[in-house]
Amino acid sequence: MSALGTLGTGTTGGVDTTDKASDEPARRGRWVPYALLAPGLLWLVVFFAVPMVVQGSTSLQTGNLTKGYDLTWHWAGYWDAIEQYHPQFLRSFGYAAAATVMCLVIGYPLAYAIAFKAGKWRGMWLVLVIAPFFTSFLVRTLAWKTILADNGIVVDVLNTLRFTDVTAFLGLTQDDRVLATPLAVICGLTYNFLPFMVLPLYACLERIDPRLHEAAGDLYASPRTTFVKVTFPLSLPGVVSGTLLTFIPASGDYVNAQWLGSPDTGMAGNVIQTQFLRVLDYPTAAALSFILMLLIVLMVTAYIRKAGTEDLV
Amino acid sequence: MTEQQRAGASGDVSLAGLSKHYGDFTAVRPMDLTIPAGSFFALLGASGCGKTTTLRMIAGLEQPSTGTVHIGDRDVTALPPYKRPVNTVFQNYALFPHLSVADNVGFGLRRRGVKDTAGQVKDMLDLVELGHLAKRKPTRLSGGQQQRVAVARALINTPQVLLLDEPLGALDLKLRRQMQLELKRIQTDVGITFVHVTHDQEEAMTMADTIAVMNGGRIEQLGSPVELYESPRTTFVANFLGQSNLVEARVTGRADGDLLLDAQGNRLVLPAARSAADGERLVMGIRPEKITIVHTSDAKVADGRNRLDGGVIVDAAFIGVSTQYVVRMPWGQEFTVFEQNMERDRRLVPGAGVLLHWNPEHGFGLESGDLTAGVAEASEDAA
Ligand SMILES: Nc1ncnc2c1ncn2[C@@H]1O[C@H](COP(=O)(O)OP(=O)(O)OP(=O)(O)O)[C@@H](O)[C@H]1O
Ligand SMILES: [Mg+2]
Repeated sequence: MSALGTLGTGTTGGVDTTDKASDEPARRGRWVPYALLAPGLLWLVVFFAVPMVVQGSTSLQTGNLTKGYDLTWHWAGYWDAIEQYHPQFLRSFGYAAAATVMCLVIGYPLAYAIAFKAGKWRGMWLVLVIAPFFTSFLVRTLAWKTILADNGIVVDVLNTLRFTDVTAFLGLTQDDRVLATPLAVICGLTYNFLPFMVLPLYACLERIDPRLHEAAGDLYASPRTTFVKVTFPLSLPGVVSGTLLTFIPASGDYVNAQWLGSPDTGMAGNVIQTQFLRVLDYPTAAALSFILMLLIVLMVTAYIRKAGTEDLV
Repeated sequence: MTEQQRAGASGDVSLAGLSKHYGDFTAVRPMDLTIPAGSFFALLGASGCGKTTTLRMIAGLEQPSTGTVHIGDRDVTALPPYKRPVNTVFQNYALFPHLSVADNVGFGLRRRGVKDTAGQVKDMLDLVELGHLAKRKPTRLSGGQQQRVAVARALINTPQVLLLDEPLGALDLKLRRQMQLELKRIQTDVGITFVHVTHDQEEAMTMADTIAVMNGGRIEQLGSPVELYESPRTTFVANFLGQSNLVEARVTGRADGDLLLDAQGNRLVLPAARSAADGERLVMGIRPEKITIVHTSDAKVADGRNRLDGGVIVDAAFIGVSTQYVVRMPWGQEFTVFEQNMERDRRLVPGAGVLLHWNPEHGFGLESGDLTAGVAEASEDAA
């Protein structure tokens, strides 16, 4: 027994000898959780905590590239960033929210069908859902340039159906084009993040005991009522995690806006990218990143509070 | 409620040619059955014999391969479950995990547009003694509590027909007896038709008006508990419901409505009316408690009783109210005898020679077949 272990049993006094045998495994096991946590903690410190501190300090510096930057606790950088780039932030969250809703609308029926109707083809359908991941994010996004090209079939059909008139009225498209409009960016985001919606939804739906559907039917619930009163409530944890997994990366994305959008559709991610890689204004870029992060955390917290994941079995 | 009670009056459940195949496997063979409205009907049988499948076809959860289901005069074969005046207590409970106990119980009422369910739900929960757990989620209940919620959730709807799939299986003996009485009382009060699936023969016998014994997807015999016990018609029923001593016999003659039998060289008598077999060969059966066992040395047996000589006790188990003897007969077969502990004969110990006798009226005749059919299943379920 280790020195620590002996110290621990010291207080129990006389019964020590009989206790030792049964105590030992539990005592020895005490450090196991920490050992298991260690790799993850190390990872977090090196790749999350340290960069956060560095970035935080960067965001409060002033100076320029040639002379170097000094930490001057320049909080004003944050206000300047918000003042100058709030349209991009609004767009970020607007587009991400729209894409999340689209993902839910497309993804829920898909996940439902895979979970309950696909039978032995489930596996194949799931592979198809993640199949786009087999090619690079950039290539997939660029492919949408072709799909939404000005004289392509898709846009022709949408024009013929006067769909573009509706979207133009909503300010999502312009002049019968789709490419380089907010709609294109939202489409790209939806497409790219759809699997992040479908997979958690599927995992949640698949766990629902089909016998609960039978029980609801037996208790006079029509298929529609069964969905509203039983299936959907039971799938809420999947909806919550699916929407989070879609919304969070979508609101930080810049690839879709850059390749499918126009200068008028820039998102927060685009500004950060430009500031960091082109303007080389590191303090502003760092401040923008912090603002984005903070806003996402606030929104997600409010959302989880509201959705009350604890209560949803 | 009034509408349902009126309908319940003509709410016989009739199955006609009802069967179910899964691929090549036949779970339920074509079955004709009428369950009278307001009766307590038990489906009894070993595991896997098709009880749940039959129930599911009545509930509409399983589409029959052939045949029809009528409730009253209405053909409900094509109706989806939610349109049938039937509720089920599921074998696996199937409680809604996201709803509280009270909401689970009120689910059916609310679907039918009942506005104020609170009072009824409370009464129902009190009935199953779960009033104090109304706000809990079902996942935080014990198995027996979940089972009672399942019963309450179905019963509260006072359907024309209530299907119960082993609703008391998870309860301890005391609670099970209590729930049996409670269910029986409710059934008598409300006049709902109960179709109760169980593989506990005692439960079936104490609760049901009519029992159907199922075996291999078929109903072997249908009747009141007394009928089934006193006059089984197949070896499976004779062995599955209680115990039986079965011996192969040949009919050697007839006299005064009696069959004269030769069983392994012994001359026995059986009233012809008590035989379900009509050939030359049959199986004669006698229940263990109907046999009197006496020591060989005082072989004075009243006239007109069947007697078998030359038995040897191989085992005697004292179980309080009675003693169970296992007696090896001269032809090697073992008979079981239950003897009430009134005047115990101390000579009746293993190794003692005995003779067995009984009133011929208590015997029964069966079509010859597998003498041990149903034995294994019965003992397995009793365990
Ligand atoms: N969906 C299915 N596919 C194939 N076979 C099935 C299916 N459902 C049931 N069976 C088979 O049909 C037979 C009858 O099943 P059922 O559930 O009716 O038995 P049971 O009498 O209720 O048994 P238990 O007492 O164990 O509940 C079993 O042999 C079972 O394996
Ligand atoms: Mg069953």
